[in-house]
Amino acid sequence: MPTADPAIHLDHVSRHYTMGATHVRAVDDLSLSVPSGEFLALLGSSGSGKSTLLNLIAGLDRPTFGAIVAYGQNIASLSSVDLARYRRNTIGMIFQSFNLLVRMTLEENVELPLRLAEVDRSDRGPRVREALERVRLTHRLGHRPTELSGGEQQRVAIARALVNRPKILLADEPTGNLDSNTGEAILSLLRDLQNNLGMTIIMVTHERPLAERFADRLAIMGDGKLLSATAAVKRIAQ
Amino acid sequence: MKSRDLTDLAIRNLREALLRNALTTLGVAVGVASLVAMLSLGVGLQQLAAKRLSQSGLFDTILVTPKNNFRGMGRPPREAVSEKLPRVLDEDARKQIEKLPNVIEVYPQVRFFTEVRFNNKPFATVVAGMPDSSRNSGSFDGMTGNFFSSPNANEAILQIEFAKDLSAQPASLVGQELVLRYAERQSFAPNGADASASSSKSTGGFSVVPKELHLKIVGVVETEPAAGYAGMGNARLLMPLQTASALRAAQVNDLRDIVRDNTVNKTTYPSLSVRAKSPAQVDALETAIKNMGFGAFSLLDASKSLRTFFSVFDLLLGIFGSLALAVATLGIVNTLVMAILERRREIGVLKALGAADSDVQQLFFVEAGVMGLFGGIFGVLFGWLLGRAITFGTNVYLHRQNLNSIELSSVPWWLVLSALAFAVLVSLVAGLYPASRAAKLNPVDALRYE
Repeated sequence: MPTADPAIHLDHVSRHYTMGATHVRAVDDLSLSVPSGEFLALLGSSGSGKSTLLNLIAGLDRPTFGAIVAYGQNIASLSSVDLARYRRNTIGMIFQSFNLLVRMTLEENVELPLRLAEVDRSDRGPRVREALERVRLTHRLGHRPTELSGGEQQRVAIARALVNRPKILLADEPTGNLDSNTGEAILSLLRDLQNNLGMTIIMVTHERPLAERFADRLAIMGDGKLLSATAAVKRIAQ
Repeated sequence: MKSRDLTDLAIRNLREALLRNALTTLGVAVGVASLVAMLSLGVGLQQLAAKRLSQSGLFDTILVTPKNNFRGMGRPPREAVSEKLPRVLDEDARKQIEKLPNVIEVYPQVRFFTEVRFNNKPFATVVAGMPDSSRNSGSFDGMTGNFFSSPNANEAILQIEFAKDLSAQPASLVGQELVLRYAERQSFAPNGADASASSSKSTGGFSVVPKELHLKIVGVVETEPAAGYAGMGNARLLMPLQTASALRAAQVNDLRDIVRDNTVNKTTYPSLSVRAKSPAQVDALETAIKNMGFGAFSLLDASKSLRTFFSVFDLLLGIFGSLALAVATLGIVNTLVMAILERRREIGVLKALGAADSDVQQLFFVEAGVMGLFGGIFGVLFGWLLGRAITFGTNVYLHRQNLNSIELSSVPWWLVLSALAFAVLVSLVAGLYPASRAAKLNPVDALRYE
C-alpha cells in the first residue's frame, strides 16, 4: 500500500531534443510525486511522452532540465557509473516486447542482472529460483524464450526484473503484445507483487480499463505535459 | 561484472555466430602462423650459424702473433713501424700469457704445407696440429671414425674434401695408412756439423732434411675446427699437436727468424692460440694480450656483427610475418562491428538491467581477446607445422644433393609465448574501436532498434 514518502519525485522535468529542424519537447516541465508502494499507470496517446518519462525515471536517459529524485537521490546528477548502479539496484524493468535474450535459457536470462551486480555464484541459484517461483515458472528453468508463450515470456521478464530485489518496477506497455486474458493475468501478477513486496510500480499503458482495474492512480499525459493525476475511480468503486 | 562472468558471456556470444567467429579466428591463426613460421626460420638459421661457429671454436679463441708479423707480399704494415723492437713470441711469452686470468690453455699453431702419399700418389696439403682439448669442443661431433687415441699418437684425421681426393668412399679410409712427407728443420752445430738436438741451441742457421712419417687414418671430419682462422687456409690433414710439434717441420716464420739476431737461442712461434674460459672473457683477454705487446685477434667482433645481422633479419621476417596478422585484425574489427549491429538491442537490454558502459566495453574486449587467444594457439601450431614442413622439404633437397640434414626452423618457448601474447594484444587493439562504440550506444536507441 502507498505510503506518504515519495519513491519518485519529478520536479519540473523536461526532456527536449532536436530532430532535424524540429525541436521536440518530449517531456515538458512535468512535476509528479509517486509515493512508495504505489501502482501508478501512465496513460496518454502515442507521442505524449509516457515512454520518455519512464526512460528518465529508469535512468536510461537524462532530463534536459529539472530533477528526478528517487528515494532522496537526484538521479539527474549521477555519473554514468552511479546511474548504472541505480538501474541495477533500485530499478527493475519490463518491456512490451519482453527483451529476453533468446540464446539463453530462462534461468540464464533471470541470472543476468545478478551477474551484472556481481552477486556470488552460490547465491544466484536460489535467488533465480525464488524469482521464477513468484511467476510460477520454475518447471521451465532450462527452456529458451522461443519455447514459451508471450505471457510466459513476460512472466520471465518480470522474474528477471525482480531478481535483484528492486524498490521500483517500471513496466513499458507490458500487455501490449499479449491477448486480453494474458494481459490481465500479467497485471494481476504485478498487483500481487506490489501487495506482497511493497514495490512501487509505474506502468505505461494504452489500456485505460485495465489500468483502472489494477492501478492505484492514473496519470494522463499529453504533449509531454501531465494533464491529470487522479485515483483510479473504477478500482476504488470495486 | 566479474571476469569469469565476462569470459563466460563472451564465449557464449562467440558461439552464437560460430562460423563467422571461427573464420575470423582462423584469419588470426593464419597471421600468427605466418609470423611464427617466419621467425622460426630466422631463429633456426641463427641457431644453425651459431652452432657451426661455436663448434668451430672461433669465439673463445684468440690468435696471438708477434706485432710485426708479415702480412704478405707487398702489403703495407697494419700499424706504423715502431722504432722499438717488437716482442718475440717465444716460450717465455707463452708462459706469461698462460698466467693471465680466464685462460684455459695456450698452444702454438703448428701448421705447415707439405705432401702426403697415399697408394703411392702424392697429394699436396696443409697439416695442422690439434691440441687434445679440441676433443671436447664439439668440433668433432658426428665425425666418421674417432678422435686421436692419445696426444702423441701417429694418427691422422682427414678433412672430408681431402678424404674425397684420396678415395671415392671417404669412410673406407678409416684404418688405412698414409705417408706424411715433410721438411724437418735441423740446426747447425757450432762446429758446423748437423745437430740432432733442439733448435733452441742453434747458432743462427738450420738445414732442412726431408723426412717421412706413417700415420694411421682414424677419422674423417666435416671441417677443421677454427677453419682458416690461423691465416693459412684450411688444414686438410689434422694430427695430434704433440706429434706435429715433435716433427720440427719447417714453418713459415723460420726464414724470418733466421735473419733476426734476437731469436737465435730461443724457440719462437709464428702464432699462439689462446683459449678463454668463455666468449664473454675474450674481449678483456684480447686487450691484456695487446698490452703485453703482441698482436691479438678474435672473431668476437664478427660474432657481434652476426648477432646484429640476425636481429635485423628476424625483425624483417617479423614485419613480413605480421602483415598477415595486420589483415586478420581488420577481420576482428569487422566481425565485432557486425556483432554490435546484430546485438544492438541486447546491448540496450544489458544497460537497462544495470550494465555500465565499462561492462559492455569489457565484454567486447574479452570477445576480441578470446578470438586472439584461440587464433594465437592455432597459429603457433600451424606455424610450427609450417616450419617443420619447410625443414622437411629442405632436407629432402639436401639429401638429393648428398648433403647432411639441417634443423632449419626452431620454435623456442619464448617465441610461442611471445606469439600468443602478440596475438592477444593485437586482437585487443583491434577490439578497441568496436568496444568503445558498443559502450557508447544510447540504451534508449538500442532498445528501440528492431
